[in-house]
Amino acid sequence: MGHDEFQKHEAKILTPSFIVLLTLTVIGFALIAVRFIWGLGAVTNMSDGYPWGIWITYDVAVGTAIACGGYGMAILIYIRNKMHYHPMIRSAILTSMFGYGLAGFSVMVDVGRPWNSYNFFIPSKWQANSAMFEVALCVMAYTTVLLLEFLPAVLITLEKTEWKTLQRFMDMLHKRTGINRPERMDERLESVKELAAWLKPRLDKVLIFVIVLGITLPTMHQSSLGSLLLIASTKLHPLWHTGFLPLLFLINCMFIGYSIAILESVISSYAFKRPFETKELSGIANIIPWLTVIWLTVVIGDLTWRGQLGTALSFDFYSRFFLLDFGLVAGGSLLLFSGRKRESVRWLFVSAAMIVLGGALYRFNVYLIGFNPGKGWHYFPALAELLITVGIVAFEILGYQVLVKILPVLPKLHTRQQLDAKKHDDPVTV
Amino acid sequence: MGKPSRRQFFKIMGATGAALLAGRGRASASEAHLVNNETIGMLYDATKCVGCKACMSACKRVNSDYGSLSYEQAKFDKDGLWDAPQDLSGSTRTLIKLFKESEKSWSYVKYSCMHCQKPSCVSVCPVSAMTRDKITGTVDYNKDTCIGCRYCQIACAFNIPKFQWDKAIPQIVKCDMCKNTNLVKKGITGCAEACPTGAIMFGKRKELLAEAQKRLQENPGKYVNHIYGEKEVGGTNHLYLSAMPFNKLGLPILTEDVPAEFSEKIQHTIYKGFIAPVALYGTLCFVALKNMKGHESKDKKNSTEDAKEGSDHGA
Ligand code: SF4
Ligand code: SF4
Ligand code: SF4
Repeated sequence: MGHDEFQKHEAKILTPSFIVLLTLTVIGFALIAVRFIWGLGAVTNMSDGYPWGIWITYDVAVGTAIACGGYGMAILIYIRNKMHYHPMIRSAILTSMFGYGLAGFSVMVDVGRPWNSYNFFIPSKWQANSAMFEVALCVMAYTTVLLLEFLPAVLITLEKTEWKTLQRFMDMLHKRTGINRPERMDERLESVKELAAWLKPRLDKVLIFVIVLGITLPTMHQSSLGSLLLIASTKLHPLWHTGFLPLLFLINCMFIGYSIAILESVISSYAFKRPFETKELSGIANIIPWLTVIWLTVVIGDLTWRGQLGTALSFDFYSRFFLLDFGLVAGGSLLLFSGRKRESVRWLFVSAAMIVLGGALYRFNVYLIGFNPGKGWHYFPALAELLITVGIVAFEILGYQVLVKILPVLPKLHTRQQLDAKKHDDPVTV
Repeated sequence: MGKPSRRQFFKIMGATGAALLAGRGRASASEAHLVNNETIGMLYDATKCVGCKACMSACKRVNSDYGSLSYEQAKFDKDGLWDAPQDLSGSTRTLIKLFKESEKSWSYVKYSCMHCQKPSCVSVCPVSAMTRDKITGTVDYNKDTCIGCRYCQIACAFNIPKFQWDKAIPQIVKCDMCKNTNLVKKGITGCAEACPTGAIMFGKRKELLAEAQKRLQENPGKYVNHIYGEKEVGGTNHLYLSAMPFNKLGLPILTEDVPAEFSEKIQHTIYKGFIAPVALYGTLCFVALKNMKGHESKDKKNSTEDAKEGSDHGA
């Protein structure tokens, strides 16, 4: 686990996309303020029939699945022993950290009485029957684990830093306002550096236990995200209500996680003008069809067993959404079975995108589209509700963009080129 | 692709699946839930109800300090003369509705919490804000622990818990059998006390069931031959008799399957004694440590080589 596999992306932080994302973030957070002053009804279309809307469905159920890149990469590297993927882990963990952190944040915006959340830490209030109790604790724990996993990148930067920006800022402050630099500032900064240097090797030693915890926790809560809807046996359409929900959600988050790792790597290579990591990508792409095949088999087997195959093919409203999510996942995987398509960045991108869309649609189907509380209830998200979600996602991308430019997150190009050189004779079609 | 590691991976996947299957198999055998007929409830006889809504106003009167039950103004009612809720809501715990098929065939119906014997809302509440009293069977809500996640709303097959969407400090609102108000003072629920025609009978579940049976037997042809709530979702303490089919009164058609039992069984199978998660963690630690060892020895070799080459990539 060398720290020298990673590097900062050297580029300006203030780009046009930064401004756009910042604007969206500001709008989103302004609307969140509205929600806290005038209540949930002021910004959302949720109702007593559809008490969970787009925030739970997208920000939490889909958002955390998308954030499973870190989970998937950790399984690949530490459990399946593919160390050569290690250079990709930091950016995966960073996205996971944002995904989960913001899912947690969305929940705090969504729940009506967030100030009572401390009850999750009071044993007498614990309710182990509730899948939500399990999800909440696991997600909180996992977010902490992700922070710890990311800490080395911060520590190494602290250790090496010259505090140039801070120094300049202090000088400017002094010139403009006459505030003096705090006494002994240099000394204190020095001790922060020393602390970082002291902590890093110690953290490195125990990190593997944290990392494994980071594999166990998503296994638990991703399946529980499926369990959440087990109770709604009278409201969730039989195409999706099954005892296999936990298993299906677990496999679903894995193939979404790997596919997102592919998309993310392709997009960031493109956006940051770095060479594509084709070799690693096609390696990852190799795993995905195995997972999707298991998933598709469980889905079909379960439908057959419960005698719902006819419903699935009836082409009514529900059946169409079912076929769409099923078809996207199946189609994407089919592409990946072809070895040559796996080597091409474009095809990789297309199939990964199809699988992510299909997998995400599956979660939408379970949480919203297949959910019918009875006659007279309808739900479609309000504009403000959507803008809050957009704001949160914008904030996520913004944070990623900034952090890869100030911390060593992306794989080092030097290592990259060495790897590529090894398999130079394989032509790569883009 | 190392063959053994893929097999390990499938083993983990398989274990999750097996746990689920085991949960299904045992679902009917163990922990069958017991109905307690000594608990209290209400029998609503739709054929006796005249739709005067005395129960609705009594409910708001006696419980006004206990659940912020404000009046709801109708659109046409500029002066705010009537309390006119359209449905159960964040300020209405019980409601009378009229279902009219034709001039001859119509029926009133009263909605309020069914006080299930195995309530879904209690089963899903993550912080025990929904509770069921073992002795009275009353399902109660505590706003001081509720986090407002609305999972109880998702779970309830009758769509009973309501949320105050328009408030900055919202809460869940549902009937609590006047647990802290009329029942304490007068030994009877507010709505049952107020009803002028005796359409709402208050009492122990066994008395209510006996009375309902008696009415069905003594008036053949008058009622639909079914006591709604006797068996639905494992039995409820609020029971219904009606002359019109219950689904026409807006009550969902439900089976005897208990949703909360189904979900709890799967959850318990996966998390029994926390053995599976701990075992998973242990196994993964073992595998990961072994993998790391292998790489450390390799790394050492590499780093000595690197040092010789005078590598230029300092971290
Ligand atoms: S009717 Fe709904 S709210 Fe009332 S006890 Fe049953 S599940 Fe809970
Ligand atoms: S909204 Fe409140 S009562 Fe309902 S499940 Fe959530 S915490 Fe429990
Ligand atoms: S029992 Fe009490 S709280 Fe429930 S509907 Fe009747 S009056 Fe209202």
